[in-house]
Amino acid sequence: MKYIDEFRNGDYAAEVARRIHAEADPERRYRFMEFCGGHTHTLFRYGIPDLLPANVKMIHGPGCPVCVLPMARIDAAIELAVRHQVVLCSYGDMLRVPGAHRTSLQKAKSQGADVRMLYSPADALRIALENPQRQVVFFAIGFETTTPPTAAVLLKAQELKLRNFSVFCNHVLTPPAITGILEPAQQAGERIIEGLVGPGHVSVITGGGAYDSLARRYRTPIVIAGFEPLDILHSILLLVRQCNAGRYDVENQYSRAVTASGNAKAQSMAARTMTLRDSFEWRGLGWMPHSALRIRPEFADYDAERRFELSPSEARENKACECPAVLRGAKAPTDCKLFATVCTPDNPIGACMVSSEGACAAHYSYGHTR
Amino acid sequence: MSLDPDFRHGCVELIHGGGGRAMRRLIDALFLQAFDNPLLRAGDDQACFQVAPGRMVMTTDSHVISPLFFPGGDIGALAVHGTVNDVCMAGAVPLYLSAAFILEEGFPLSDLRRIVLSMAEAAREAGVAIVTGDTKVVERGKGDGVFITTTGVGRLPENVSCSVARVAIGDRILVSGCLGDHGVAILSQRENLEFEADLRSDSQSLHDLVATMIAVDPGLHCMRDPTRGGLAATLNEIAQQAQVGMRLRENAIPVRQEVRAACEFLGLDPLYIANEGKLIAFCAPEQADALLQAMRSHPKGRDAAIIGEVIEDPRCFVRLRTGFGGERVVDWRSGDPLPRIC
Repeated sequence: MKYIDEFRNGDYAAEVARRIHAEADPERRYRFMEFCGGHTHTLFRYGIPDLLPANVKMIHGPGCPVCVLPMARIDAAIELAVRHQVVLCSYGDMLRVPGAHRTSLQKAKSQGADVRMLYSPADALRIALENPQRQVVFFAIGFETTTPPTAAVLLKAQELKLRNFSVFCNHVLTPPAITGILEPAQQAGERIIEGLVGPGHVSVITGGGAYDSLARRYRTPIVIAGFEPLDILHSILLLVRQCNAGRYDVENQYSRAVTASGNAKAQSMAARTMTLRDSFEWRGLGWMPHSALRIRPEFADYDAERRFELSPSEARENKACECPAVLRGAKAPTDCKLFATVCTPDNPIGACMVSSEGACAAHYSYGHTR
Repeated sequence: MSLDPDFRHGCVELIHGGGGRAMRRLIDALFLQAFDNPLLRAGDDQACFQVAPGRMVMTTDSHVISPLFFPGGDIGALAVHGTVNDVCMAGAVPLYLSAAFILEEGFPLSDLRRIVLSMAEAAREAGVAIVTGDTKVVERGKGDGVFITTTGVGRLPENVSCSVARVAIGDRILVSGCLGDHGVAILSQRENLEFEADLRSDSQSLHDLVATMIAVDPGLHCMRDPTRGGLAATLNEIAQQAQVGMRLRENAIPVRQEVRAACEFLGLDPLYIANEGKLIAFCAPEQADALLQAMRSHPKGRDAAIIGEVIEDPRCFVRLRTGFGGERVVDWRSGDPLPRIC
């Protein structure tokens, strides 16, 4: 398959792995965090950790939109579907995430709520047009990658003057999340990672320049990587080289898709429709200032949080669940007592076990560690 | 008002399941004509047939699919292929089928006729006779158009014993062809996703391929058709039942390029995608090459491959040596395959 097979070639992989082995200093340790859940998934799916020297370790970061959404927001989505009886449109992975009392959108659906899985926010708009008598809400989640499509439907809904469509906005931002991980360690005078495999799809929108100040402030090299296994392996080699040279630059390994300034049109659409929240709660990272987006007042008619009264959530995380520490890279999934015992993909307790891009699900499904 | 079914404009009505004249006329005009054979024509409430001495196999399966018509097949042909293949996986020769229909009020009779004719064609092609059946009608909104349950009966040759109990350490694992065609064809229709490639379901009866395989290796250890859950679910099931592990080679597993591309696009793994016309076989290592050659000589096994072997593993893991050089576990899937978000 053109453009894919080239990035999965076992011979190239063996060559890059040889270089990593040759260049990694046996006296040093190299802890690299892959920010994106997509990278975590690729690492496991292709068995990349098997190819790395023992002192090069990958640590999973918070870059899975499903995993970082706190339970309270899931409860709010369930409330929209159950109490307000809207047609709740959601991306597939969100359906199985447990909210309070171990309920989920999927369970609400089986009990009669109108919950629909979709691939694109445009489908939610279509459902609203086809069902003028029903209120239709799009459960918008994700990092900078999924924000522009949400912005596009907000603009379209306004253009069409739709009265039965709104968006429950949960879009979050990457740079504050990286800050949320690196700042506490910096303040404590610790180093938790030696380098960061930077987000790929997010950077297509934001541009590589979005991370320059982070790399400098935390003296941490960042290599923006594509999602093919060879992309990641190559990015690890570039990080090893930066560490060895004592550099902390932003390098763009994913140059076939990512530019320095990103996608201006997508950025502009997001800016027209959404603005920074003062603060937003992240699972694992807590409340972080200016880390998420809300819908601008000009689009208030399409803001589900304004249109519907939502109750405070009673959600309580399971105290034994280590998802928060896993999301910060402070613990490995296998450090959690619930991992592979109580918490499995068939019975997920924490969000990291639900999403296929979650660190726990990837460890469980692909790992040798059970 | 005429009680004769109007196959151009008519719909299924509750009266078609009521046990009265309308039901009789629908059965006569549609099912009897399409499935016509002496046992069905006898008109009894059961089919009475002579069986040869020896072992018989029997299996049943309900077919629920959306959409009912898809590239490469429909629910009717699928209801025949699925059950015929389940009979065949024992190494048996399929002989008879029963067919039970649950129809939803309002379902177009033209579509029902299309489905029934497709079933009849599939049964003829597989050399089986549909010898008994049933029709029920449920109110509008209480069904999904058509549900079909088929039960199959077949005869097992004397020297054949295909069973998971015979899977042994060292066995070679073979697949009969490219994986994931059916699931991706269905998904592309169900989700209104438009792929440039012409993806068709692989729905087909495997009776003749199995006969070819049994002729070469009557001692074949085990066969399964990797339907729901795909290769991954089927191998995990067998690994658990036989209390063994398996090691697969990713590069050896045949997957059509269009299927790989569609799976990439949706964030799915072809190993977990459903098939309706493929089989997995376990055989003694010394038989593997001859069996592979026989499979490849048959049109339905043209792309057959040896994809791995059975190993000792108390944890019953199915492991995959990736084309990239690493190793991973191929686990059961949890729930429906869900596309990724970004």
